[in-house]
Amino acid sequence: MSVSPQLIWTSFSTIFRREVRRFMRIWPQTLVPPVITMSLYFVIFGSLIGSRIGEMGGYSYMEFVVPGLIMMAVITNSYSNVVSSFYSAKFQRSVEELLVSPTPNWVVMSGYVLGGVARGLIVGFIVTVIALIFTSLTIQHIGLTILIVFMTSVLFALAGFINAIFANSFDDISIIPTFVLTPLTYLGGVFYSIELLSPFWQALSKLNPVLYMVNAFRYGVLGVSDINVAWAFAGVLLFIALLSGWALHLMRHGKRLRH
Amino acid sequence: MTAALSIRNLQKTYDNGFQALKGISFEVQPGDFFALLGPNGAGKSTTIGILCSLVRKTGGSVSIFGIDIDKDFPGAKQQLGVVPQEFNFSQFEKVFDIVCTQGGFYGMPRKLAEERTEKYLRKLGLWDKRFTQARMLSGGMKRRLMIARALIHEPKLLILDEPTAGVDIELRRSMWEFLQEINAQGTTIILTTHYLEEAESLCRNIAIIDKGEIIENTSIKSLIKTLSKEVFILDCLEKLSDAPDFGSFNGRLLDEHSLEVTVEKGQSLSELFAHLSAQNVSVTSMRNRANRLEELFVSLLAENKKQEAEMGE
Repeated sequence: MSVSPQLIWTSFSTIFRREVRRFMRIWPQTLVPPVITMSLYFVIFGSLIGSRIGEMGGYSYMEFVVPGLIMMAVITNSYSNVVSSFYSAKFQRSVEELLVSPTPNWVVMSGYVLGGVARGLIVGFIVTVIALIFTSLTIQHIGLTILIVFMTSVLFALAGFINAIFANSFDDISIIPTFVLTPLTYLGGVFYSIELLSPFWQALSKLNPVLYMVNAFRYGVLGVSDINVAWAFAGVLLFIALLSGWALHLMRHGKRLRH
Repeated sequence: MTAALSIRNLQKTYDNGFQALKGISFEVQPGDFFALLGPNGAGKSTTIGILCSLVRKTGGSVSIFGIDIDKDFPGAKQQLGVVPQEFNFSQFEKVFDIVCTQGGFYGMPRKLAEERTEKYLRKLGLWDKRFTQARMLSGGMKRRLMIARALIHEPKLLILDEPTAGVDIELRRSMWEFLQEINAQGTTIILTTHYLEEAESLCRNIAIIDKGEIIENTSIKSLIKTLSKEVFILDCLEKLSDAPDFGSFNGRLLDEHSLEVTVEKGQSLSELFAHLSAQNVSVTSMRNRANRLEELFVSLLAENKKQEAEMGE
């Protein structure tokens, strides 16, 4: 194969830049809504209701809920950026610009995924800054915090990419976020510690992958977690490998992009 | 000499069992201006789709400037530019960005991509529209945008799938001039079109595909020579009340100022004019009733249909 490192880098950076340019161009749709939603969560759950809840996991409710809400913003934005961008490219057939070029499939996937990661992290950063208005955050393990938020963002951007490959209509790109992603996130320990649940519901919650990511992030920030953080990292890595392999298989052999 | 495009026994059967290509073979030489013609559904777009990797072949081989797509598809793609039939760019991106970004997908450094974008947008009359969103362009401008985009990496082989569909006459002529210019500079061009006069005036060689098979592959000149007869419309100076005597020619009066005459192979037009002149019929102008290539095209398809029917019996 005559694909030079220069082609790979140029092509990757072109896709990545285009993705960033896209979500920055439509910032009122991509950056503002999650910030408003999360600010409302901070005001209502963290400040108004949270002040009456008392401590959770040894921290004030506001301190407890902030890491989960930041993670929720990262997850939903990483996912929705890739699913909407790649599906739009499919819908308008502009994805053919890439498919007819010598750009390898893995570079196409990486460009879109890291574009989604960029949006997820930017939104996560803005939400963190807003959270600082309501509470103070002292990050206990900075390296772990950055690593888990990045890996989680990659994982959900990959999931969005696969959703976009399968999607045949704009309805198809909202089904997974509405019926899978939102319930998993809300039941993934964002708003409560699973210690509050009965043993049965605790065991069931441990099947939810989002729980591990939220708790690993919370561990990085607060130093407390409902689960073993090592398992969280291993799980996220495993899922990244599986989803990458699946996405590349779909690009190479699937009938959704090439007939 | 290595062919610009070499297709051998190319086959494509879709998942629903439809056999779009039944083992076609042809070659296009470097520098050629080649027409790939056929009715709708004949297999032209499937062939082009295979060349640019949007369609997966189920058999056969393809080489682009000697590079086998099974061995080095990225290398083969570097030689190839494709202008598809349908608009396939983001409607919300600006003209400059669409073309320049495509350069990035071919590994071109940003500065070079920007220079080439300016060069081709200027050549195709789109420079003034460089900051306009693609959705705001007219149909003809969108077609030119796709040509500029396909040329950004300066491919040695350019394939245009019905590039002038829906384009007005003036613009079509200017596109012809542009294509002739880049062909003269060495770019090999393959053109599919339903305008047969376009193929006749631009292309040197031709392949006609029908129902997934090549039914003719020759030079346009040789093909035209096979015409056994041509039908001409003659415009006459004087008002004619009756059809004149056509002598050995077949003819009829169309209206009071025009005649339709069939000239068989071997018959001379001078003889026809002399015969009419002797009857005081002055011809002011003449034209083919239909495009010559069109007549051949229609007759070849009809012959193919007839042969298939005979084989089926």
